[in-house]
Amino acid sequence: MDLALAPETLARWQFGLTTVYHFLFVPLTISLSAITAGFETAWVRTRKEKYFHATKFWGKLFLINIAMGVVTGIVQEFQFGMNWSDYSRFVGDVFGAPLAMEALLAFFFESTFIGLWIFGWDKLPRKAHCACIWIVSLGTVLSAYFILAANSWMQHPNGYTLNHHTGKAQLTSIWTVLTQNTALVQAAHTLTASFLTGAAFVVGIASLHLWRAKRAQRAGRETDPKKIGVMRSSLRTGLVLAVIFGLGTAVSGDSLGKVMFEQQPMKMAAAEALWETQAPAPFSVFAVGNVAKGHNTVELSVPGVLSFLSHSNFHDAVPGINDVAKQEAARFGGSPKDYIPNIFVTFWGFRLMIGFGMSSFVAGLIGLWTTRRKRWLDPRFRTGDHEVPRLMLTRRREMSDFFTTWSWRIGVFTMGLPLIANSFGWIFTEMGRQPWVVYGLMKTRNAVSPGVGSADVLISIVVFAVLYAVLAIVEVRLMARYATAGPNTDELPPVRDPRLRGPRDPGATDGDGGTADADKPLAFAY
Amino acid sequence: MHLHDVWFVLIAVLWTGYFFLEGFDFGIGILSKLLARDERERRVLINTIGPVWDGNEVWLLTAAGATFAAFPDWYATLFSGFYLPMLLILVCLIVRGVAFEYRAKRDDERWKRNWENAIFWASLLPAFLWGAAFADIVRGVPIDASKNFTGDLGDLVNPYALLGGLLTLVVFTFHGAVFAALKTLGDIRMRARRAAAGLGLAALAVAAGFLAWTQASHGNGRSLITVVAALVALAAAWAVGRRGREGWAFALSGVAIAATVATFFLALFPNVMPSTTNAAWNLTVANASSGPYTLKVMTWIAGFATPLVVAYQAWTYWVFRKRLGTQHIPGPAVH
Repeated sequence: MDLALAPETLARWQFGLTTVYHFLFVPLTISLSAITAGFETAWVRTRKEKYFHATKFWGKLFLINIAMGVVTGIVQEFQFGMNWSDYSRFVGDVFGAPLAMEALLAFFFESTFIGLWIFGWDKLPRKAHCACIWIVSLGTVLSAYFILAANSWMQHPNGYTLNHHTGKAQLTSIWTVLTQNTALVQAAHTLTASFLTGAAFVVGIASLHLWRAKRAQRAGRETDPKKIGVMRSSLRTGLVLAVIFGLGTAVSGDSLGKVMFEQQPMKMAAAEALWETQAPAPFSVFAVGNVAKGHNTVELSVPGVLSFLSHSNFHDAVPGINDVAKQEAARFGGSPKDYIPNIFVTFWGFRLMIGFGMSSFVAGLIGLWTTRRKRWLDPRFRTGDHEVPRLMLTRRREMSDFFTTWSWRIGVFTMGLPLIANSFGWIFTEMGRQPWVVYGLMKTRNAVSPGVGSADVLISIVVFAVLYAVLAIVEVRLMARYATAGPNTDELPPVRDPRLRGPRDPGATDGDGGTADADKPLAFAY
Repeated sequence: MHLHDVWFVLIAVLWTGYFFLEGFDFGIGILSKLLARDERERRVLINTIGPVWDGNEVWLLTAAGATFAAFPDWYATLFSGFYLPMLLILVCLIVRGVAFEYRAKRDDERWKRNWENAIFWASLLPAFLWGAAFADIVRGVPIDASKNFTGDLGDLVNPYALLGGLLTLVVFTFHGAVFAALKTLGDIRMRARRAAAGLGLAALAVAAGFLAWTQASHGNGRSLITVVAALVALAAAWAVGRRGREGWAFALSGVAIAATVATFFLALFPNVMPSTTNAAWNLTVANASSGPYTLKVMTWIAGFATPLVVAYQAWTYWVFRKRLGTQHIPGPAVH
């Protein structure tokens, strides 16, 4: 059979397509739910109108995003059985448990309380309403944790035994599966990266509005001070989060690298396209030429950094691809080349992940400095809460108009970078594990569904590709429409539904309504 | 009683929860096209399930996840075997979820009509496909010694499965009409009540045919009880619904759905997926299940989480207990 149509290849493309697409929405869901919850808490505590408008605005974008996250997540729950039935049989005992826990303990939280939050503005007391979005946020984090624990088990199987009678992996300790170091660092890295993603998103959209307001002011047009107030708070929040979680992503990424180096040395060597063992091992920033073959014409590398990433010192040896492949072949049989993942993808995936992710961190750092608080500025340059902040280089020195314009633009343009970084991170970590689906236990080619024909998988790839492309267009346009419209600053905080107020509402007791009060429209409806 | 028997029951409970809850969701989705006369009435119908449909759908995800954890072989054989119908269901659930969220996000006629058509078809197709799938599971499909499905789409399409699909389609639509009558006010409520009267008779006829067939070919003493219970509940739901007792009618149509799911599972037990190739290759609760440790862990988790889920979902229904009429529908929220 033509290799391109091998069931394994098709099943992998299908999984890659649906999973990378799903993960575009996941980090924003995780972070925007918490950011929205933060603004709502600020509103409940201070009753400042701008926090209410911020809650509504970011909440709306969050809802547009989570709808896609939820529906594309359904596919994930079923496709193990559909395309990877031998995998499912082999690991179900271990891998199924965190998945079932995710549904029982996280999905129910998310989906039930999101309904309460969307429709409950006039049905619940303010604090209860605010608690709902926090529970949604907790649900998203728990959900991420369970699925990352399951994935970590594929990276580093632990807490199981091979049942020789059935030939299957059998769980021996759920605690080990949920708390092994692979799961902990992978969760830390993925969650911090998710918050960096949300932070960059908030910074981008806030920058867009503030930059527009700035241009409008320069042109002498009128601006909405309330809107500027909302966006100014959002910008600062986003910048602070970008710096905190950018740093967190870097630190957790470093820990993850060390764990990976111990547990999957091939992945680390492949990340670096390090063919031969070296001490000290350099980190190549970029290379031109055939990385996959190890023939580089131009290469910029920093000596000793790979040693540091693996060992926390600048001199120890890092084993190269050839040596690791030989070791794996000796251990598991076959020829060494069977154990080498796609080096081009791992090398560039690793670099793009770090590059895109860290650009947002740096942008956050610079942004935080240039928009710093009033008391650090000369009084002449201070701006009010409802004004576009001046971008200050020093206490008394403002950025020139040219650089100001470009700074706001960069704020907008860096909005999607962490999204790209996330995708490359996953592509790197999953492709870097090949040929294994469960490292050291099961090869990907043995994991596919034996009964499912290539034609069926091909149909599903086409169907998902078309459907996801259409939905992407719809989603992005809707997102852009609501994001550029900005918050509706005329909106008033809702009051409780009169039909739920008081001991008994005389108009509504017969179930047919009747009084004007009982006919009050809902605060929110589809 | 073995733990895998407990899990067989738990998975039946999860599917019952799913069909009970998403059953009326699907029904509302179908009726939003048939029952509503204008935009406002359509919105009334859609908003009766607005706050809850997403939570209802998680019962399916949990049923699938629990099957993966407790019966990996069942999960693997079922979803790889029913590949294309599953793909169709997934597409419908994706489109349906997005449609609910996005329909009102633009005040544009064509945009709304498109999403409404999406809601209709993406509710109708799964409502049919789930029944057909369960009928096929009960009837048995070709499965080989290594537990793999060896048939093709033709093995899944047969009169029994089609009737099973028709059963869930009609019963869910009836359940939805009863729910609409329970949750709305005014004109649309009266129309929902009348629709329920007609649909109830249709549901009763299809259910009598399908359940009698099931009892005759796959039934046993225990399933006879649930078959009778399902039919009695359905007839009672129809009768009390006609007399305007909407709460009771809804409870009874729910009982009918639960009894139907129970019939499927009782007809299966101790198999989970019988093989039509060789009875020795049947997937059973014993040979398809996970090890005792996993089952024990999952029993603790389910024992803790399920009552909690039921409690807060019930609370959600309490929060949104008020009936909706066209007067409660605000103007377009978009700006």
